Amino acid sequence: MADLWLQFVLTIDATLRVATPLILCAMAGLFSERSGIIDISLEGKMLLSAFSAAAVAALTGSPWLGLFSAIGISVLFSLLHGFACITHKGNQVISGLAINILASGLTVTVGIAIFAKGGQTPFLSSDQRFSALSFPFADNAGALPIIGTLYREVISGHNLLVWLALISVFITSYIVFRTRFGLRLRAVGEMPNAVDSAGLSVTLLRYQAVMIAGILCGIAGAYLSIAHGAGFVREMTAGKGYIALAAMIFGNWRPVPALMACLMFGFLDALAARLQGVELPVIGTVPTDLILVLPYVLTVVLLAGFIGRATPPRAIGTPYVKER
Amino acid sequence: MSSQTIPRWLDVFILPLINLLAAFIVAGIIIAIIGENPFTALWVMMKGAFFYSGAFGYTLYYTTNFIFTGLAVAVAFHAMLFNIGGEGQAMMGGLAVGMVALALDPLLPAGLVVLIAIAGAAGLGALWGLIPGWLQARRGSHIVITTIMFNFIASSIMVWLLAGMLMNPGQMSPETRSFAEGVSLAHIHELLALIGIDVARSPLNLSFVVALIACLGVWVLIWRTRLGYIIRATGHSEKAAIYAGHDPARIIMIAMAISGGLAGLMALNEILGVQQRVILNFTSGYGFTGIAVALMGRNHPVGIIFASFLFGALYQGGAELDFEFQTITREMVLMIQGLIILFSGALAYMFNPLLEKTYLRLVSASEGEVRHG
Repeated sequence: MADLWLQFVLTIDATLRVATPLILCAMAGLFSERSGIIDISLEGKMLLSAFSAAAVAALTGSPWLGLFSAIGISVLFSLLHGFACITHKGNQVISGLAINILASGLTVTVGIAIFAKGGQTPFLSSDQRFSALSFPFADNAGALPIIGTLYREVISGHNLLVWLALISVFITSYIVFRTRFGLRLRAVGEMPNAVDSAGLSVTLLRYQAVMIAGILCGIAGAYLSIAHGAGFVREMTAGKGYIALAAMIFGNWRPVPALMACLMFGFLDALAARLQGVELPVIGTVPTDLILVLPYVLTVVLLAGFIGRATPPRAIGTPYVKER
Repeated sequence: MSSQTIPRWLDVFILPLINLLAAFIVAGIIIAIIGENPFTALWVMMKGAFFYSGAFGYTLYYTTNFIFTGLAVAVAFHAMLFNIGGEGQAMMGGLAVGMVALALDPLLPAGLVVLIAIAGAAGLGALWGLIPGWLQARRGSHIVITTIMFNFIASSIMVWLLAGMLMNPGQMSPETRSFAEGVSLAHIHELLALIGIDVARSPLNLSFVVALIACLGVWVLIWRTRLGYIIRATGHSEKAAIYAGHDPARIIMIAMAISGGLAGLMALNEILGVQQRVILNFTSGYGFTGIAVALMGRNHPVGIIFASFLFGALYQGGAELDFEFQTITREMVLMIQGLIILFSGALAYMFNPLLEKTYLRLVSASEGEVRHG
């Protein structure tokens, strides 16, 4: 029984680790899409910032500088996305796709030029990374049954960015639903001409939204390469940006439901990893590939309106053209 | 919007060239920052794509992939649908070829198996386009998101089948057994050798011919048939199409099925032409390149042939970079591809005002001369 509990607790712990970049990216997508800008470039921005964080951390030895450079590069590409979709009224999906493909090529090209390791960055030592924060008495807590294990494995032992991701959900929720900026943000995604006639700049609001998205994607990327991992590996985001997008849609463009979706998708991932090659009674070998595909299938089913209803912001995807 | 003031040739030929040039200039600057000479890199790529023995065949072999995926994107674009599921549709096409070949090659003559496999590739690809089309048309889910999800679902199915049911027994890598002798498309260099023309070996095969036929087919479909007219009408204005008595939902589904079928045919080149077995990740991003191809080719088959040829040369030339340079590799091509999508897609009309102004100034200047002279 105690062993089963430990297994369960360890899976929950893994869920949190896997879900962290999803949560940050889902909040990024939420800001952007609530303002009316489709953002499929979450994936690319996260990849670019993962590379930038690892490269700067390797060169300077400071994880903080790594984090700031990750945020910087991600915001830069957000501005590019904004320049294409807001200033030049380009197609938002095409712009996002361009950034994703550009990111795949750019990270490897620059990586080889700097480190000559086939696109990877050097392995980072523990002081070049955000290491786990051990909470008080965590080592002795195992003595307590049940609660002790939970405290030791799930509450303690995470790095700073995991906590930042969880906090970001509540900050997002507060900003979007409780502040004046949030009200304007939501309005600009629903009915930009109303915002415009109220004398506010649609362009400025949308630029602010994509920049916030950039900051959050930057943190997500840094988490992958200098907190969760110990260096950059080519294509290390491996579709996480798209899963985050799916989670945001699953959460109906709302922060807390999106968090729940991220945790669910993270749990499926952690479960699949844990069940890899395990023989279970009755079922036999678990088809882990099919567990991993569930987030995508569930999102399709949700979008098709078979379970619940997904309602995107009304003005999403359409550039704002001022009437003359 | 205001493109009426400049002649059509400027919009159709010069603007794409300016966008392409912008992409190359940015790529060149990045190469220079890395510390290599961009002109040397360009020269190496040109040599790799055209001059080495067999290079041209390789370039056309890549071109074949891009024609299929480019046409797929273009057909959907004409109905104002953005199909970014070409990658998944091509994977399903490959799986169909594999399943047909594995099941039938002991039973039927090879030629017949090839024909059924081609139909299977188009069919399963079409189905993988039709489902997102149906979801958009009847259930209102956004085609972009659904096709992204379908790419991932296809990729999972592929891993699951190739590492399971379809895996070659007694082997550890996720791939099928080789198809029986003759279940393939003939290579062009072999065919030319038969009539006494000697060209270097390359993977270029008959699917290149199929691709050119597909171009003709798409041209006829879009500009010379009733269905094509309705597809374009629906793309221009759904309301007008309804007013004219057409059902946009049906048109969306048909357009997506045709689009998926074309993407599925890409498997002919890779699976029937080159590998003669199904391997994992044989699509290697060609589905996404199709988007760049369609954007550059302005969704017209002729434009798509030229754009595919450009990307074919980039891919083949890019492979050459690996041998000649320490610091730049074929990922450079991925970067250039991203830049091309950015400039000729998202920023397509950035240079338009500039072009317009320059043109009008030139025109008025020459008119002025005429008046004075």
